[in-house]
Amino acid sequence: MSDIHSQRDLAYVRTEEAPAMPAPLTVSGPIGWMRENLFPTPINALMSLIFGALLLYVIWITLEWSVFNAVWSGEDRSACIGDGAHGACWAMARAKFGQWMYGFYPFTERWRVDVVGIVGVLALVPMMMPSLPYKRLNGIFLLGIYPVLTLIMLTGGHFDIGLSTWLTVGAFVAAIVIPILLLGFVAKIIQPSHALIASAAIAGGVALLLIIMSIDFGLPYVETSKWGGLLLTLVVAVTGIVASLPIGVLLALGRRSSMPVVKLFSVAFIELWRGVPLITVLFMASVVLPLFLPPGTSFDKLLRALIGVALFSSAYMAEVVRGGLQAIPKGQTEAAQALGLTYWQNMGLITLPQALKLVIPGIVNSFIGLFKDTVLVGIIGLYDLLLIVQAANTDQKWVAPQTHSTGFFFAAAVFWIFCFGMSRYSMFMERQLDTGHKN
Amino acid sequence: MSVTTGIDGPPKVAFFNDPRVRSIGVQAILIAVIIFFGWQMVQNTLTNLERANIASGWGFLNTTAGFDLSFTLIPYSESSTYGRAITVGVLNTLLIAFCGIITATIIGFIVGVMRLSKNWLVAKVAEIYIEIARNVPLLVQMFIWYKVVLAALPSPREAWSIGGTVFLSNRGITIPKFIWGDGAWMIAVAVIAAIVGIVFLRNWAHKRQEATGEQFPVFLTSLGILFGLPLLTYFALGAPVEFEFAEQGNFNLRGGVGLVPEFAALYFALSVYTASFIAEIVRSGILAVNRGQTEASYALGLRPNPALRLVVIPQAMRVIIPPLASQYLNLTKNSSLAVAIGFPELVAAGGTVMNQSGQAVEIIVIWMAVYLTISLLTSAFMNWFNSRMKLVER
Repeated sequence: MSDIHSQRDLAYVRTEEAPAMPAPLTVSGPIGWMRENLFPTPINALMSLIFGALLLYVIWITLEWSVFNAVWSGEDRSACIGDGAHGACWAMARAKFGQWMYGFYPFTERWRVDVVGIVGVLALVPMMMPSLPYKRLNGIFLLGIYPVLTLIMLTGGHFDIGLSTWLTVGAFVAAIVIPILLLGFVAKIIQPSHALIASAAIAGGVALLLIIMSIDFGLPYVETSKWGGLLLTLVVAVTGIVASLPIGVLLALGRRSSMPVVKLFSVAFIELWRGVPLITVLFMASVVLPLFLPPGTSFDKLLRALIGVALFSSAYMAEVVRGGLQAIPKGQTEAAQALGLTYWQNMGLITLPQALKLVIPGIVNSFIGLFKDTVLVGIIGLYDLLLIVQAANTDQKWVAPQTHSTGFFFAAAVFWIFCFGMSRYSMFMERQLDTGHKN
Repeated sequence: MSVTTGIDGPPKVAFFNDPRVRSIGVQAILIAVIIFFGWQMVQNTLTNLERANIASGWGFLNTTAGFDLSFTLIPYSESSTYGRAITVGVLNTLLIAFCGIITATIIGFIVGVMRLSKNWLVAKVAEIYIEIARNVPLLVQMFIWYKVVLAALPSPREAWSIGGTVFLSNRGITIPKFIWGDGAWMIAVAVIAAIVGIVFLRNWAHKRQEATGEQFPVFLTSLGILFGLPLLTYFALGAPVEFEFAEQGNFNLRGGVGLVPEFAALYFALSVYTASFIAEIVRSGILAVNRGQTEASYALGLRPNPALRLVVIPQAMRVIIPPLASQYLNLTKNSSLAVAIGFPELVAAGGTVMNQSGQAVEIIVIWMAVYLTISLLTSAFMNWFNSRMKLVER
């Protein structure tokens, strides 16, 4: 050992630690990154060059078409015809922009759509940010008050609620209220005071709703055939999304029910809608649904499409929710039963909150699918964004070689922004809700 | 009851709180509601049809159609019946689904593997493709292919061609036509014989490997047999099959089999759109295989290629197959969007029949029956395949 110690005195042995040098340029910084990620082997280097060239080429073509060669302003087609016009005809998009957003909604009434849109965004954004408070109030506003507001603002309200409507609605309310009162006062299953409050709330709520809808706010009536463009697309998508969630949850519960009739009905309903394409469902809603109704009744084309979309998407939603329900261990239900909770208390307080949280990505995915599927309402003649863009493409005033590509590029971009945004939000929520103890 | 609990029998509850009574009550109400609404619907439909003077029933299928279809696999003319028009539609749906599924699977698997590449640029290109293709509605993509891309292709006179065999122009795709000569059926027999031979070879090789540990290059030999035997038959019989290649005329392509632009647009759009979903399925399937599996196979001395082929892919397939099956079904159902560009598949052909004859209910029933049959058959096949691939557990 002493030998080794004595070596310290030798001139060629370092006495202090050498200073740490930065990593060589070839393994750190941009060059190192490129060596590692782009050119690690000759084959990889070749692939990088090929794909890099491809990517640059596509980016260049897109930019050239959409920016450098594009026509930005003009009064009619003459601007987009000629030697210089190999690019997008944004002049047309600018001229048609209002129509693409609102459809044939009367020009002087478009502020109503704007108000609905702004209120919707203002309510939805705080709802989507997990850190903000008042979620419950916001939810009540979004699902309870906002739809009524939208309906009145978009159509103009002042619905003609005749005696027959009052009687029909009254009969339905009575069909709900009378059993509650009977259960309360005669059978005493529900406390009489609770039964009275519930009945009054239901009847009062329905009456209030009908009265509000019949009030004349002085807004001119706009029939649904004038709605169009992005407005119609959003109306169809949001209605489908909002309607599909509760129906889907009920169907999923039905499919897992122990009652054979309920189970059979749910399975048949779900598999029927999932087995056929949406377009046949829409054809059915627009052509066959009127046949099913009593002669003489006719209702709105948009409403028929909405019914078709809602039924179709609720079948898909049911399967997503069922996936979540299956992932909840049986012990949760058993524990709830041991505590004396009823079926609905168990579902509402224990099982569904956990199950829905698990399948939020799936729910958002089916929202994205539904949003993309709304373009199909164009096939049955509703002027959604895609159909109105196509209509603009055939407008004599703007017929030019690049009209089609400009219109479709615009439509594709709008849909892409919405769908991509939703998918990113779903990923964000997935990280937020990840409690770290999945299994 | 061997245990004395101090309570005689189950606790007494009111009859309406008994779960069995409640369950029967709920189901009875549900049945009553379904029957009531079903009966209402049938009655209303009958009344409405009577008012519109439409005779319900299947007799209309034998009526002369009187319209032409742009693309048919079986002989069809204006004097054919409605029933034949619908048959043409079913066959076209099956054709587009078959072609689309093959292309989408190939593109999807390539892009899915590219997405996992260590090469940053390759992975990014795959990611950009996926994010664009799956976030733009299929119908929009189809219109872009139809009205923008295919319309921008050259006219038939200047059609792009791949070695004079396949032509691509704004009139669609033109492929060579097969003209079957005498004895061409022998080639079909040769293909079947090759497939049977491969099955036997596989079994033999498997048994030999179990017994002796020696491996046999099954894949390459199978490939050789599959292509070699029919080719050998083809030449031994003196080339009984002739190909008729299209020729470029002044205005159109003469000869060959023309696939209309509507078919091409639908085919490209379906393949590209579905491939982006398949790519994500493939990626998640491969990622689902534990990294330890790869490491363990390296530790056992397997080289990367066999490790991937024998260890990773079989396990990934289990995760991939169920969602893949539902994508195939989606593709088949999405082919119905052809109605928007006028390719005569089931929905478009049926829609034309519906407009002409007014037999809306019957047509809807045919649509639903065909699609439900395809769905159920596909899921049955996939369930069988899935159960074969499934991990055998205790």
